[in-house]
Amino acid sequence: MSLVVFALILWAVGWAINLRIANGPGGTTRAGALAVPLIFGGTLLGMWELMVRGFDVPRVILPPPSMIGQTFAANAPLLWGDFVQTILKGALSGYLMGCAAAFLVALLVDRYDYLRRGLLPLGNFMAALPIVGTAPILVMWFGFGWQSKAAVVVLMVFFPMLVNTVAGLTDTTAMQRDLMRTYASSWGQTLIKLRLPAALPFIFNGLKVCTTLALIGAIVAEFFGSPTLGLGFRISTSIGQLDLGMVWAAILVAALAGTLFYGIIAALEKRLTFWHASQRG
Amino acid sequence: MTEAVAEGTAARPRRRLRIPPVLTMILALIAIWYVAAVPMNIKEVLTQAERDGAVVSPDNAVDRRDMSNWALVLRNPEHIGASWATARPRLPAPHVVVEELYESTIGEEVNGRRGLVRSGSLSNRSLVYHGLVTLNATFVGFLIGAVLGVALAIGIVHSRVMDMSVMPWAIVSQTIPIVALAPMIIVVLYSIGVQGLLPKAVISAYLSFFPVVVGMVKGLRAPDAMQLDLMRTYNADARTVLQKLRLPSSVPYLFASLKIAIAASLVGAIVGELPVQRGGLGARMLAGSYYGQTAQIWAALLTAAALAAILVGLLGWLERKTLARMGMQT
Repeated sequence: MSLVVFALILWAVGWAINLRIANGPGGTTRAGALAVPLIFGGTLLGMWELMVRGFDVPRVILPPPSMIGQTFAANAPLLWGDFVQTILKGALSGYLMGCAAAFLVALLVDRYDYLRRGLLPLGNFMAALPIVGTAPILVMWFGFGWQSKAAVVVLMVFFPMLVNTVAGLTDTTAMQRDLMRTYASSWGQTLIKLRLPAALPFIFNGLKVCTTLALIGAIVAEFFGSPTLGLGFRISTSIGQLDLGMVWAAILVAALAGTLFYGIIAALEKRLTFWHASQRG
Repeated sequence: MTEAVAEGTAARPRRRLRIPPVLTMILALIAIWYVAAVPMNIKEVLTQAERDGAVVSPDNAVDRRDMSNWALVLRNPEHIGASWATARPRLPAPHVVVEELYESTIGEEVNGRRGLVRSGSLSNRSLVYHGLVTLNATFVGFLIGAVLGVALAIGIVHSRVMDMSVMPWAIVSQTIPIVALAPMIIVVLYSIGVQGLLPKAVISAYLSFFPVVVGMVKGLRAPDAMQLDLMRTYNADARTVLQKLRLPSSVPYLFASLKIAIAASLVGAIVGELPVQRGGLGARMLAGSYYGQTAQIWAALLTAAALAAILVGLLGWLERKTLARMGMQT
């Protein structure tokens, strides 16, 4: 019981520190903006640990974070294998193929107005559909290996990427296009010098949305059948054995991979669209 | 000819020309589907034909296994028709899926032993029943997620500490494949005695929660300095500002994020049905994939797609009505 009281005290202390930082002079600095969420997250983790131990919650329902950390460290090679199988082979290859295909189709759609009027409403419609549902079909077609996961990911990322890229390619003003015309530039030149750079913020928006979708597709597809490794496989089999520490460790891997993946794309965006209003801050 | 028609209706050319391209694309998709069904199913069709005593080339399964599908189609053109009607297709032809869709909705309810007409309640073998199960979980989860999301967004806008401590995590959580949690949530809630609708709704709520938070925070901050200053000159307190300025101006953002949230909510409900086989479209898909009933998977998939379209369409309609009523342009 004292652990629970201690947890509440920890919460109060963490919150008080955050209050002081946020409302004090440090609230507007970079360090403050970094410290507050970290303290908040740390407090939550601490409370989780103390509450689970204090209330004696069974391990099969909610393991404490320290146990998850231990499982994670003890099974690092196994989880690395899962990471390679699901993230690198399944999600990443599908992401690259899907986004590249969507980009090329977007160029076609942009070139031919008939395609735009035909494909864009369909694309908008498809982007809202539960495409994860195609996973059982694709697993049946492409087998249990990473190929079927990549196929699911291709389908999932294609339409959001298409819609975003097409929207980006139309994001130039009449004035800018007129200027290009006075230079007598061809369609290709206008595309490379004006419209693609102008579309970059939209393209990156699509790429960022697709990072999460890619991981979701790869993991959920593994619930329908996989070789004996992969994050989705690890999660579903560990639940079967009620080894919740392992489940959480696999989820931790997925979370870290997702954040890293997103972070890489966001960093790339910062490098390439430094001129855009949203990046100048 | 078409030029003349377009010229004649120059006043409203858009409405006139809008439908045909989409229709063309859909027809093209269906055509591709039919063509693709031939090589996808040819091996099963030939095996079946051989069993029935027909002459196929090459005449043993081992040789056929090593050949490409298209080559088999070219050497056995007389079996093309059968690949659109085979009993266990890898890719069922569109009309087979539509037939299955009809059989498992209207057909099952009207003629089935457990259907609506004979037993007075929805048959548990019909997609209507499974669709409603999924829809229930979607709605409950969506409501919980949206209400909590709006509440947290209001808290974030009014408290600087909450903004600084919670918002970064809300954004980070968007980059995490949350669906990975779904089976665990189901099993853990099941082990402490919570089952049925609620575990699925929890996943739906979780998935629809963050889009609403992020969208609403943006919306509640949409009023510019001028409008906020005006409220200050009226000596309005935080509550009045919220009621009269922030909430009304956040409505377009709310609807935009609600549309994302309900689609996510449906995905959550479907994924939530995978680990526990107690009805729902997700359970239907998994059962179909276990027993090789591809038409059943496709029918469930189409039902899910129709549900998503209806839900998003409904919200879009509400959005237009509400915004028109409030005097905002969409």
